[in-house]
Amino acid sequence: MSRSDVLVDADWVEAHIGTPGYVIVEVDEDTSAYDKGHIPSAIKIDWKKDLQDPVRRDFVDKTGFEALLSDRGISNDDTVVLYGGNNNWFAAYAYWYFKLYGHQNVLLLDGGRKKWELESRELSTEVPSRPKTSYTAREQDSALRAMRDEVVAAIGKRNLVDVRSPDEFAGRLLAPAHLPQEQAQRGGHIPTAKNVPWSKAANEDGTFKSDDQLATLYRDEAGVDFGKDTIAYCRIGERSAHTWFVLHEILGQANVKNYDGSWTEYGSLVGVPIEIGEGK
Amino acid sequence: MNDGCGAPAGGVTITKDAAGKEAIVEGRVLRDGAPVATGYARLLGTGDEFVAEVPLGEDGGFRFFAAPGEWTLRVLAPGGVRTECAVSADIGQITRVEVAV
Repeated sequence: MSRSDVLVDADWVEAHIGTPGYVIVEVDEDTSAYDKGHIPSAIKIDWKKDLQDPVRRDFVDKTGFEALLSDRGISNDDTVVLYGGNNNWFAAYAYWYFKLYGHQNVLLLDGGRKKWELESRELSTEVPSRPKTSYTAREQDSALRAMRDEVVAAIGKRNLVDVRSPDEFAGRLLAPAHLPQEQAQRGGHIPTAKNVPWSKAANEDGTFKSDDQLATLYRDEAGVDFGKDTIAYCRIGERSAHTWFVLHEILGQANVKNYDGSWTEYGSLVGVPIEIGEGK
Repeated sequence: MNDGCGAPAGGVTITKDAAGKEAIVEGRVLRDGAPVATGYARLLGTGDEFVAEVPLGEDGGFRFFAAPGEWTLRVLAPGGVRTECAVSADIGQITRVEVAV
């Protein structure tokens, strides 16, 4: 994978609006933005209602994913073009999720909703109707997703990249600074993790930095060993999906997993090691 | 507790009781006295270090739950608008900022 295989710009998306075989999808946790206006022809996926199991803390299963995509009119051969708010966090999460269930052709709009809005490009309130399909997913690709026992075993052996803000990494905050801080779990980070906030990989307009800038950021400045396997985590796994996208899809690193349990799971586990402060 | 980490437009609404435990920075972005509903507020630390970002609400509003300290508030809006100001935050205090663009 490389940048040109996975990222498209706004001009490209404008040129592909309404093109058969391409489905533009806005993904967010708060879908009210879609309802107020979205890229013409785009459908929406609700990160919580559509992608999370309503009872267990887990994804919808393979059958549920098949039902979702069939209902939204996405077929196995379609190229799915994802974008969203929050600097594409949830769109990157959906990208990772689509790959997890084996969808072949997935692209991400560089800069997402923010760049589109800041450039005053057209937004529509018309909700498209797509004929239902019969989508077939693959079993989850375990090469892309890390679970907690694997994370604990990786301490000191693999790269652990904590992509939260420095204050969350150090244990001074328990959530990003746009959210209330009352949380159940302990503060801090997984020992040996490098702190590379997701925001360092993005420009102010939400686009990704250049390949050279990204390689310098992770390898040279943070000390991520590109010869080792890597697990990225954050608080719930969407910011780290953004970093998974950078490392695996843009920089082409071979073995990168997203730990979607992330700090809300790890920071609540009994008996696991936690480090606080700036890191070592 | 929030299920996700997303930033709703205008920032998360909280109860008066909860506000006492937080260091809140909130305000509105206005153009000629009218709310700017399309745009983004970014909270930055020392050396332009990114802390958080929220899309502006319908009323041009934003809200952050910062750590106590000194911060820079930057506003981005269509038409190349990019303006900033210094703000401070402390636990139990609501720092209100009005930004004209």
